[in-house]
Amino acid sequence: MKYMLMMNTRCGGYEEYMKWPKKVIEANIAFMIDFSRKLRAAGELVGAEGLASPTQAKLVRAGKDAKPITDGVFPESKEFLAGYWIVDVESAERAYQIAAEASTAPGVGDAPLMIEVREVLSSHKDLK
Amino acid sequence: MTFAALDARAEHLLRELAPQVLGAVLRRFRDFAASEDAVQEALIAAAAQWPREGIPENPRGWLIHVALRRMTDHVRSEISRRNRETAALEDLPIVVAPAVHAEPHFDPDDTLVLLFMCCHPALSPASAIALTLRAVGGLTTAQIASAFLVPEATLAQRISRAKQSIKTSRVPFRMPDEKERAQRFGSVLHVLYLIFNEGYTTSSGPELQRADLSSESIRLTRAVHALAPEDAEVTGLLALMLLTDARRAARTGPVGELIPLDEQDRKLWDARAIAEGVALVSDALSKGCVGEYQLQAAIAAVHDEAARAEDTDWPQILALYTVLKHMSDNPIVTLNHAIATAMVRGPEQGLELLSALDGDARLSHGHRLDAVRAHLLERSGDHESAVALYRAAAEKTSSVPERNYLVMRAARLSEAT
Repeated sequence: MKYMLMMNTRCGGYEEYMKWPKKVIEANIAFMIDFSRKLRAAGELVGAEGLASPTQAKLVRAGKDAKPITDGVFPESKEFLAGYWIVDVESAERAYQIAAEASTAPGVGDAPLMIEVREVLSSHKDLK
Repeated sequence: MTFAALDARAEHLLRELAPQVLGAVLRRFRDFAASEDAVQEALIAAAAQWPREGIPENPRGWLIHVALRRMTDHVRSEISRRNRETAALEDLPIVVAPAVHAEPHFDPDDTLVLLFMCCHPALSPASAIALTLRAVGGLTTAQIASAFLVPEATLAQRISRAKQSIKTSRVPFRMPDEKERAQRFGSVLHVLYLIFNEGYTTSSGPELQRADLSSESIRLTRAVHALAPEDAEVTGLLALMLLTDARRAARTGPVGELIPLDEQDRKLWDARAIAEGVALVSDALSKGCVGEYQLQAAIAAVHDEAARAEDTDWPQILALYTVLKHMSDNPIVTLNHAIATAMVRGPEQGLELLSALDGDARLSHGHRLDAVRAHLLERSGDHESAVALYRAAAEKTSSVPERNYLVMRAARLSEAT
């Protein structure tokens, strides 16, 4: 079974992160690298990515002529995806266990982190 | 499919032979797309068979034989397909593919001709890179896909699009004439340079799963250099790669963050690569016709020859960047020229030069201008502005190691202030 583990942040979360003490940032980066390495070694990691700051994000939909209409800069209160892992595990319990471990990443304020866990539907081949 | 079961010697041999085998098959069949597929299949067959049965006595002949057999099968089935389709309408005689005879002769320039084909200016850089790595580098589609962190299907598509472009542009499999050669050589060197850069800037990813693009581009550039030893820009490019790659071990820290040149542990630099690079660039520069790769190599050499960061001959680097700036309209050159100016004449003069880049659309979405300005502001003592710009740059970069470096630089500076 595949699960997506999502790490969310408020729009201002990136700015706050950049103001953490150097030691905490270092510990956070080291934790993330080690965490991915362990999951990969266990054969449970399907993929993991960190996303660029929401200040660079745009909302896009098609206009009448099917050309993109973009909309940008969002209210501070809105939650954003900061990064995710996709894991392939035996049970939902194992996915929760991994999420709990991710939640202990070193940081400042709001810790432990809240991780959203969602099951990934087995997809049709054409979607890949 | 990877070459995992092969030992290093056999894999090296396969990569070395790939363009020679392709040249031989192409000379007989002319169909680039199908010939390249046949050679790829032969390489995969070798990777499966050689570990079990040992490397054959004549490995090149073995590969050519297998590839030609695949090609003959392909041609036969094409002909019988066509015959089936037309035979229903008209009663045409059945054509049979020619039989394969003795081993074709080998022309060392095949590698070069193939590079000219794969790096054709009509192809997008991404396509040219993928095709070059497969057809000339002898890498499998899976290996290239994992090096660029894209799904294999995406990369296979990129390669087939490239082949389609070659087909429609009717690039022949032969050496271009003298006049066209010089121009096409520029495209070849650019593609090799891009492959090197891709490997160099992504070197901190899940490295065990990546084919080593930097080493591969150095190997291919060496091959081109061996075929055109008198070309000063090829020599310059090879020197640039060696002199840059020599610092690889010192470039990243324990958590994968970038370590800037002035903070690197120079004992970790590869002295042998530096010696080779310095000899190559000195040789190239002595030949008179100075180009951009030679100048970049010369700059890298000045850095590499300084035992400590503070021993760096900045006036020499500034002089080289000044020449380079006259030759190239690249804003990155202007950025580096500003840094060199700051090192020689003080940060204020460097900052002044940066203001010329403020409206440059090529830099406006990237993080580089902010990052360089932050460095110079830090040197000038304006730490508060420097921290703000380091953070702005960190928000803009799309590279994780670069972001980590910038975030930590900002944190360190703001704690020290």
